[in-house]
Amino acid sequence: MKKEAIISVKNLVAKYGEATVLSDVTVDIFPQEITVILGGSGCGKTTFIKNILRLYQPYSGSISIFGKEVTQMDEVEFDSILSRIGMLFQNGALLNSISVAENVSIPLEQHTDLPRTIIDKIIRVKLDLVNLGKAENLSPSELSGGMKKRAALARAIALDPDILVCDEPSAGLDPLTSAALDNLILKLKKLLKMTIIIVTHELASIHRIADRIIFLDQGKVLFTGTLKEAKKTKIPEVETFFRVGKFE
Amino acid sequence: MIIKNKTLILPQKLDKSNITGFLKEIALQKSEIVEEIDAGNLEMIDSAGVAFLDKLMEIFTAHSPQIINLNSELEQSYQTFSSLELPIQLKAKQGNIFILLGENFYAWLESSKQAFYLLADIFYWSFVGVFNKKGQRKGSVTQQGLLIGADALPIILLLSFILGLILALQSAAQLRQFGANIFVADLMAISMVTEMGPILTAIILAGRSGSAIASEIATMKVTEEIDALKMMAINPIRYVVVPKFHAITLVIPLLVTASTLIGIFGGLIIAVTYLDLSTVVFFNRVFEVLTLRDALIGIGKSYFFAWVIVIIGSYYGFNAEGGAEGVGKVTTQSVVASIFWVIILDALSSMIFYF
Repeated sequence: MKKEAIISVKNLVAKYGEATVLSDVTVDIFPQEITVILGGSGCGKTTFIKNILRLYQPYSGSISIFGKEVTQMDEVEFDSILSRIGMLFQNGALLNSISVAENVSIPLEQHTDLPRTIIDKIIRVKLDLVNLGKAENLSPSELSGGMKKRAALARAIALDPDILVCDEPSAGLDPLTSAALDNLILKLKKLLKMTIIIVTHELASIHRIADRIIFLDQGKVLFTGTLKEAKKTKIPEVETFFRVGKFE
Repeated sequence: MIIKNKTLILPQKLDKSNITGFLKEIALQKSEIVEEIDAGNLEMIDSAGVAFLDKLMEIFTAHSPQIINLNSELEQSYQTFSSLELPIQLKAKQGNIFILLGENFYAWLESSKQAFYLLADIFYWSFVGVFNKKGQRKGSVTQQGLLIGADALPIILLLSFILGLILALQSAAQLRQFGANIFVADLMAISMVTEMGPILTAIILAGRSGSAIASEIATMKVTEEIDALKMMAINPIRYVVVPKFHAITLVIPLLVTASTLIGIFGGLIIAVTYLDLSTVVFFNRVFEVLTLRDALIGIGKSYFFAWVIVIIGSYYGFNAEGGAEGVGKVTTQSVVASIFWVIILDALSSMIFYF
């Protein structure tokens, strides 16, 4: 039986001024899978993610999330979609004026009516999951780069979102932390049946977690398929990446 | 949620959408004895649901209830998201008032020491910088002079003119009653030259250039640009602060003079139109009452105001911590501190020269 896509992107075009960053991108992202978005620097990976989440307005094309077309959706309705999506930004994007625990509590306070005691328990568990149990009262400026990223992940999964989007989660992390993060992502997928979209270049990480690959090159989809298919493909750029772990 | 035979029976689903209601139900039944929590019906649980189970364990802790009939998949979720095994967080100890006072005093001493070192560094490198331009970017003094001086000139002129008008108008109303119209010239000359010109210019510079200096250096600090300069063996004070110090030293007498003249001109307009004085009479009186000493006091103290603005802006900039939040915080602090110290210095100079 054919799976129904949780996110369906059709003929997406994204532009910065006159420059076209994504041209005619058509891809499906399936539920409870980990989809890795690959591509060299400047190929449009982050733009692709930010267009899906309407952080940038698409130039043309259609994007449907949870079966609903979102490109023309009004803000209030789209907010209800966003509350089911967690995003881990490349640099964490924690709010510096409040503590780590308060950062994690934002979505819980804004999108649920849970009592404080339950929110506090969730915060502690989520921070413990990312190995930051002792950092809850620290300010983001007191954290290292890797810790910031993990705290931001705790914030992204605070609401147990249906979709988790991670923009280069392993960048700047040591191999052990990176592997632990991969295990956590796999655990989240299994326990909370999350759909996870990850932008990463780490070949080891891709082998550990990816179910499906989307390979972008110069704003176009070069390959889309399972990890197994990606390893066997004869498309030169994809083949090279899986052989040497670098983009040509 | 039912409690039957000391067993609490869980529903099919426990997640963030329904546990608030269940918590209210449980609050009404918390005197009941619960020895088992039956999860036989439970099919779906999220982390909020697990937090709810932990809360149940706390509420009914007297009889240490056991969770029964939890299927293996949900058991994994429970183990992953339960907070029961996490170490108890100890709250940071609050010191008593004496400890707090002592800590604050110590922090104040430390920051004063740092400010003093910075002051010494700035004066040293500014003096060295006059003779040796190495370690400074070419054209940086001119660029800073334009930013601090030329760009601030229109607003200083406008505000000084308005202030001159107000000062003369309010004095004129009183002086007229005594037929002492001519004294408006004395008042305008003395007040603009010794007080209003320097202080108004300093306050505008504190708000405009002081905040710019603090935020520029603070941004450089939090984005590691200051560290990058140090790693290139470039003294950040010499590279960043000294050009501003030289520029403000050059432009401040010009700005104060401009402010004073335009303020007196504002007074002249009121004197001519409202008090029926002639321009010649007004200026004769102005030159009669003004002494070189007054002009030197006005210009002299404005140098101290200008240096205080640069030093305080730099001090707060170099002490910035955190990201955007830290930059905003030190910028505000630097403006408040600059205006405070400008007024304190002004009071001191008045006491020294006129007491």
